[in-house]
Amino acid sequence: MEYAIEMKGVCFSYGDSPVLEDVDLFVKKGEFLAILGPNGGGKTTLLKLILGLLVPQKGEIRLLGKTPISTRHRVGYLPQERDFNLSFPITVEELARMGRLGKVGRDGKSKAKDDEAVQEVLELVGLWDKRDWPISNLSGGQRQRAFIARALATSPEILLLDEPTSNVDPEFQTDLYQILVELNKRITIVVITHDIGVISSHVKSVACVNRHLTFHEEGQITEAMLSKAYPCPVDLVAHGIPHRVFHRHP
Amino acid sequence: MWEALQFDFMRQAVVASVLVSILCGIMGSYVVVNRISFISGGIAHAAYGGVGASIFFGIPIMLGTGLFALAVGVLIAILSFRHKERVDTIIGVIWALGMAVGVILLDKSPGFKGDILSYLFGNILLVNKTDTYALLAIDVVAIILISVFYKEFMAISFDREFAMVIGIPTLRLYILLICLISISIVTIIKIVGILLVVALLTIPPLIAEKFVKSLGKMMVLSSFFIMFFSILGLQISYKFNLPAGACIIIVASLSFLITRFLK
Repeated sequence: MEYAIEMKGVCFSYGDSPVLEDVDLFVKKGEFLAILGPNGGGKTTLLKLILGLLVPQKGEIRLLGKTPISTRHRVGYLPQERDFNLSFPITVEELARMGRLGKVGRDGKSKAKDDEAVQEVLELVGLWDKRDWPISNLSGGQRQRAFIARALATSPEILLLDEPTSNVDPEFQTDLYQILVELNKRITIVVITHDIGVISSHVKSVACVNRHLTFHEEGQITEAMLSKAYPCPVDLVAHGIPHRVFHRHP
Repeated sequence: MWEALQFDFMRQAVVASVLVSILCGIMGSYVVVNRISFISGGIAHAAYGGVGASIFFGIPIMLGTGLFALAVGVLIAILSFRHKERVDTIIGVIWALGMAVGVILLDKSPGFKGDILSYLFGNILLVNKTDTYALLAIDVVAIILISVFYKEFMAISFDREFAMVIGIPTLRLYILLICLISISIVTIIKIVGILLVVALLTIPPLIAEKFVKSLGKMMVLSSFFIMFFSILGLQISYKFNLPAGACIIIVASLSFLITRFLK
């Protein structure tokens, strides 16, 4: 069985404070994994380790069977939005086009292919008509769509999304998960999220990260899982979202 | 202005300002969008060590200072890339160290040391023909490099981690970018001096930022602003017999305040 992501005995700390301890994670190809956990629990660190942006003090990480640095260009990455300079003079199209740089699609890279890919992803997220807008003029939700377009423009084999639905209007949350379910037919997806509600009817498996990682083969989220991942009790209540949060009862 | 242009040194000064403006509009835009004006200040001040070393070892000052600034630029680029959280302290040290080295080397240099103040405050009226040709060559090389790596430079400026993930040689390009900024700093030292470099590098792109929506347009507009500020500053300096560098900065700063007030 070839895995998309393998982590064995991974430990990581910033200085003296351990962030992740002894993490094992095996993500099969075609998986749709949600990563849950409290803020500061190590979710983003986990993603950065998978991408080789951080190096673990202990343990081993394989991405598509090789070292992260050699294969990470095959991953579409959506970083957390708060890290950006939002007054940067860049248009939606320029942002999406950024996904076509570097080693992406290196064999058979052409202007026509890039144009086609950029138009396709911008249409998918519904921003093609706003392609000439500077990102500073976009709403939070539109901006998030633009960043998702950039991640998709890399024609990835794996998608790593760090809180894709933060700042996003509820309508797009629904659209996004429809898009992800469709993409998941050919792409492995790992998504860090806080909206337990919308996601749990779509994902195939769940990992809870709070310094340690607990993997759950089943996509359904239970209270027992949440109490392990979050330091405080969390209620599993659907907030009137027009979705099935729980699987159908017998 | 036309009256002033009958003097050869004035014509040289105008040509030099135009050449410097083109480079500085481009590199200043990168400084602003990368938010690295502190790094630029560090390179500019540390370059004083290069002035001292050039005089001490008897090599042409612009050449010596340029090489010194390049070395400082590479060092700061690597350190700031690796130690993002410590970067301001490290730059502060390099900033002061460079100046200290400059002061000591100048003190120990025998003979005539030239007009030291002109390096601190600039003196565009001392630009000669060789300088002009050197500026032209630097502009051409820089513009070629920027057009080749425009998209990559934009990617590493906007989102370095994403650039790394998709396989852009981020550190190497970042070093190249800082080196280009270092060279542009040395050219501005000639006009407004070490102490005022950061102002001329960052004020025009900050004004331009409000009017444009792409990095390329920001560069072009900034270049025109710098040209305008320099020529107007020179004219004021000629008319009232004031130091040119300071006049240019005052024109730039007032323009900044006015545009902020209006927009």
